[in-house]
Amino acid sequence: MIVHSIFFYFFSVIAIFSSLMVITSRSTINSVFFLILDFISVGCLFIMVGAEFLGMILLIVYVGAVAVLFLFVVMMLNVAEQKQSWFIGKKSTHIPTGLIVSTLILLELLVVVGGWKYKEDLMSSSTLLLSEISNTHQLGLVMYTDYILYFQLAGIVLLLAMIGAILLTFRERVGVKKQSYLNQISRDPSNAVELIEVKSNQGVKVDD
Amino acid sequence: MIEYLEILGQEVYKIIFLLVPILVSVAMIVWLDRRVWGLVQKRKGPNVVGPFGLFQTLADALKYIFKEIIIPASANKVVFILAPIITMTLALVAWAVIPMSEDLVLANINVGILYLFAISSLGVYGIIMGGWASNSKYPFLGAIRSAAQMVSYEVSIGIIIINVLLCVGSLNLNDIVIAQKELWYVIPLFPMFVIFFISSLAETNRPPFDLPEAEAELVAGYQTEYSGMMYAMFWLGEYANILLMCAMGSILFLGGWLPLMDIYPLNIIPAPIWMILKILFLFLLFALIKAIVPRYRYDQLMKLGWKIFLPFSLIYLVLTASFLFYFDKLPKVNI
Repeated sequence: MIVHSIFFYFFSVIAIFSSLMVITSRSTINSVFFLILDFISVGCLFIMVGAEFLGMILLIVYVGAVAVLFLFVVMMLNVAEQKQSWFIGKKSTHIPTGLIVSTLILLELLVVVGGWKYKEDLMSSSTLLLSEISNTHQLGLVMYTDYILYFQLAGIVLLLAMIGAILLTFRERVGVKKQSYLNQISRDPSNAVELIEVKSNQGVKVDD
Repeated sequence: MIEYLEILGQEVYKIIFLLVPILVSVAMIVWLDRRVWGLVQKRKGPNVVGPFGLFQTLADALKYIFKEIIIPASANKVVFILAPIITMTLALVAWAVIPMSEDLVLANINVGILYLFAISSLGVYGIIMGGWASNSKYPFLGAIRSAAQMVSYEVSIGIIIINVLLCVGSLNLNDIVIAQKELWYVIPLFPMFVIFFISSLAETNRPPFDLPEAEAELVAGYQTEYSGMMYAMFWLGEYANILLMCAMGSILFLGGWLPLMDIYPLNIIPAPIWMILKILFLFLLFALIKAIVPRYRYDQLMKLGWKIFLPFSLIYLVLTASFLFYFDKLPKVNI
């Protein structure tokens, strides 16, 4: 048990330290790197409590894809050296919004954790209580039986978000030459080569 | 406490016995790659140092160690040094779950395939950090290209893995291998094997998809500013990643450590040798493709990933699921 708690404190100290660094570090790039470290240590904590599937998915989705996009955006926008004004200089407009959001999240956490602590039957699903099957099987059993509707709805919401994002950024560019494999393959010599007799002093107009 | 130290000692011992063969085989595989490349082009390849030139990579490594490490003045030093270390570490860490036989595996975890997938999706950080920290145009362009390419091809690799998992019913790598006792998945899932192979070429930045380091356009991509041992670490990490992808391919499709057929002369050959033979077979394909296929254009690469591989593997996933459901062949899970 000692080793278990040593590892627990190791990962949680790293997680808390790096999440503090995310909001206090001056360079945006470093913030993103600390965010990645935070994700990884939280994933390790998940694995330590036996939720290996959740831990791995956290690594794959957040570290492998979402944080790469964060890093991408931060590097592309070249805001790496932007100074964050916390208490000095101009008043930041982000702080009130951030405070409201974080208060809401704190309240939600209080409700959920408090309810789970003091009301035993809040966890309605009985499948979760079987502890001898692995975490992945448990999740599958719950997700595709009790919560199939919510699962499907979440999928539809994500699909809509994806289509919306594509629609917002899509623009038809004119005057750009595009490669069409079908046209290239279906060319044959009879219509690809043309023999023209050029009259002198007139030249040929080649269509482009 | 003493007990834990003992366990720790045993684990360190095991890890060393895993890492040293991998590093040696990476060195050998670099030699094999150059050799095959040479033979395809009717050259001899490295054949001077040691027997058949086998020690060429060691000589190269020695040269890299004694070279000066140059850090550009305007680089972000911490990230610049961290990038090759991350690449190398991630490439080696993933080997912990690769089973060489039924019980010859460092960590037989329940979510082995997810672990492999997670580690290979982290591999993009080494490249993107190296490219950004160099603070120079070509490395940055190379890093951006590479990140986009690796993220895109991961999607189709993920769907191919789901295809295999549907047939197995477990995320454990040993279970995946044992499920192929009757029939290797390369036969029923052959199109997926082809797509997996091509995607793993793109995932490891191998030719014909080595656009991040396309020397004609980007000098050497994200490695432009690196020199000496730091460059060598990128290079070794890349080859360790290639070996890892080969191991993943052989576990998912070629039956891992299972013999070719369960008949007398074949099944007395020990399991790790079968695994190594399969990895070598896939690596030879990698090396041959490097030698014979010209480089893709960047937009063609993206088109191939998103418009051809992704829809095709999704359709094949639906087909596999329907087939398994209709013929009642879905894996029975004993809970």
